[in-house]
Amino acid sequence: MEIETILEKYTGSQRDNLIPILEEIQEERGFISEEAIVKVSRFLKLPASKIYGVATFYDFFHFERQPAYHIRVCNGINCHLAGSDNILRKLEEELKVKAGQLTRDGIFKYELTGCLGACNSAPVIKINDEFYSGITADDISQIIEECKMKIKEA
Amino acid sequence: MKPTDLFSKEWLIKRILLDTSESLSSEENEMLALLRHDIVEQPVIYIGTSSCGVVAGALKTLDAIKKYLEKHKIETRIVEVGCIGLCSAEPIVDIQLPGKPRLSFSNVMPSDVEILLGDLLHHTVPANNIIGQFRSKLHEPWSNVQFIDEHPFFKYQKRIVLINCGISDPINIEEYIAKGGYRSYLKAITSYTPEKVCQIVDKSGLRGRGGRGFYVGAKWKIAREHSSDQRYLICNCDESDPGAFMNRSVIESDPHLVIEGIAIAAYAIGATKAYIHIRKAYEKAIEQMTIALEQASKYGLTGNNILGSGVNMNIVLRSSAGAYISGEETALIRSIEGKRATPNHKPPFPTQIGLFEKPTVVNNVETLATLPAIFNMGPQWYAEHGTASSKGTKVFSISGRVKNIGLIEIPFGLSLKQVVFDIAGGTKDNKVFKALHLGGPSGFSLPENMLDTVIDFEELEKQGLSIGLGGMVVMDEDTCMVDVARFFIHFMKKESCGKCIPCREGSRRMSDIIDNITRNLSYETSFETLERFKGVMQLEEMAEIIKITSLCGLGKSAPNPILSTLKWFREEYEEHIFDRKCRAGVCQSLRKYYIDADKCTGCTACESKCPTNAIFGTPLNPYYIIEEKCIGCGICYDVCRFSAIFVK
Ligand SMILES: Cc1cc2nc3c(=O)[nH]c(=O)nc-3n(C[C@H](O)[C@H](O)[C@H](O)COP(=O)(O)O)c2cc1C
Ligand code: SF4
Repeated sequence: MEIETILEKYTGSQRDNLIPILEEIQEERGFISEEAIVKVSRFLKLPASKIYGVATFYDFFHFERQPAYHIRVCNGINCHLAGSDNILRKLEEELKVKAGQLTRDGIFKYELTGCLGACNSAPVIKINDEFYSGITADDISQIIEECKMKIKEA
Repeated sequence: MKPTDLFSKEWLIKRILLDTSESLSSEENEMLALLRHDIVEQPVIYIGTSSCGVVAGALKTLDAIKKYLEKHKIETRIVEVGCIGLCSAEPIVDIQLPGKPRLSFSNVMPSDVEILLGDLLHHTVPANNIIGQFRSKLHEPWSNVQFIDEHPFFKYQKRIVLINCGISDPINIEEYIAKGGYRSYLKAITSYTPEKVCQIVDKSGLRGRGGRGFYVGAKWKIAREHSSDQRYLICNCDESDPGAFMNRSVIESDPHLVIEGIAIAAYAIGATKAYIHIRKAYEKAIEQMTIALEQASKYGLTGNNILGSGVNMNIVLRSSAGAYISGEETALIRSIEGKRATPNHKPPFPTQIGLFEKPTVVNNVETLATLPAIFNMGPQWYAEHGTASSKGTKVFSISGRVKNIGLIEIPFGLSLKQVVFDIAGGTKDNKVFKALHLGGPSGFSLPENMLDTVIDFEELEKQGLSIGLGGMVVMDEDTCMVDVARFFIHFMKKESCGKCIPCREGSRRMSDIIDNITRNLSYETSFETLERFKGVMQLEEMAEIIKITSLCGLGKSAPNPILSTLKWFREEYEEHIFDRKCRAGVCQSLRKYYIDADKCTGCTACESKCPTNAIFGTPLNPYYIIEEKCIGCGICYDVCRFSAIFVK
């Protein structure tokens, strides 16, 4: 959907709709582009810097194209106790990038995320919408391989 | 045949919600019993598909069940329910046969489905995985099966907020109404004035469950006394405490209860618009709440002129775009206004100047979900539960190294020990209990001798503790308390909004000091060790300053995990600093590796890989590691094919 079409739905709205608008844009377009920020700023008659200021405050918004596989490692206390650090280390080793960075091929990105509240199955990671529970560092290579296979097939 | 197809929305509204004077005919009563699942006409299979269930694999189990039923051409109904609380037993599957009480089974994996359903449909109860049977007045109980309320996990509980969780279909408004739902709300708006509603809540002694335990009636009164043309109510479900998941679970498993609570509260303070603020990461909760809101609006229970009463109440669902601080009430308000979620100075309190400058009441999900029961059963009934200063019940999430992980609702007045050992079943694998962490990142780690403390707002405050949102994490001997403190202070460092200096810089400085303690400085002199210890000495002083000078609750409570671990687990800090030892073997750079001479074959694989040449020996004979040279990198551990390397 075009940004304009999304904005049209919010005609006449005020600043309190800023976050829902940004959310919808991200859902439709995958990320918040510079263009989107400028358009929203004109629409809400707010400086673009303010819009950017709000968007960068919240972890949910991102400003670059998202990878095919976005790996979120739960940063809850239970996952921490159950060894999520090892998983992070393994991910770094496998993907050869630091948390929050895109891999060279642009397929993967991994990062820590707020507690997913699935403490019964710690440690938990979430790849796009799918949960992987009770995993160990050793499972990571296989999970990554599977993702790569899926990309190849597609 | 679905029972819900039979009787119409109009019947439910007219006969069950509005006109309760005339008694119901036996046919109508039977209909209600069907809606409530007190009786069933065909086998019903319930499966918990809330987040904890899904993570444990409930959807795969559900698939297997569907396939089984299709293959054997069995007519049943499948009902997806929420979470009953025993998360470590997920996926939980319940089965109810006509004329029999409902049975509940734990850890049902796809491979178990065949046996479970096969046995049950032939009226034998499989011995494995059984949690228990539900009590039923109408049916003969299964013999030799314990009742679910006799299970140690449920025995001590008093379920008021969690009453329907994991039992009813969360997004079936008919079932909710048949179970007595929305009647409290209609009673409130048709029989009581808003003042009276406030008085009733006052009488019940209900205190806020969002952390501070503020009296709910008193808070509402302040908002009411502030004259204004509009007021707002906000339901706070921004729960982002690591290890806390009760608000999510209540919304996923019983959204209508929360809606009803919101509606009552909004009426009491004279708000015609309410917001529900749910954390974005709680996708399932948002999904369930969206559906429930649509249903409530279809039934005319929200919107304008609710069921002809002249009362208006609109609910808007907002998702919080992911910042821990947006759970703080003034930050939450700014987040709804479309601003950066940074807290404001209080006073003025939101009850005076809040959302869009209007008086606003922010209440926690659990606080609101308690309201329907208070109006249904009366404030005296509610006040009978709990202690003198803390009435009613509190939901806790208990997790960590315990046998039963999950959600419990207990009356105030039980001791922490009862929760850890009786309800949660004590530590797993016969490990030694070390600490209970109460209250999330702003909470406290307590040693075993503190567990006799009674759960009660006043009692805990006397000890300098607080419940927080109600997250409890149990830790055993394999946990390093310095690492726990480090985890929480890193969390706070990341989540500090940066508005005020004590919190922003203080949390950074505190995490640096703790990081320093857990680091191995191999060639450190004793003078340098002393310098490092000074950091710890400063830690306490700095923590006090941060507590006094920070603007909001985040900064004020950020040092709590450090202070409590320093108080009760000081010897672990000292070991880290002076002996460079982590007794639990958690802090990586303090780990030391050793070779088990019985297992080592002398293959030389590790010797060539060790970056500090700490491994010596002759080929084909056991090797050994020189302790002083080992930097704990673990490479030898990874390359050894004979599991001969171990950590100490
Ligand atoms: C950093 C911080 C985070 C908070 N997070 C939450 C939260 O996730 N949920 C909540 O209900 N209250 C949270 N609170 C407390 C709220 O500010 C507020 O006191 C509460 O919602 C009031 O509800 P109650 O009166 O029902 O207790 C938080 C407070 C602070 C300082
Ligand atoms: S105490 Fe921390 S979180 Fe609170 S306002 Fe100050 S910087 Fe922000």
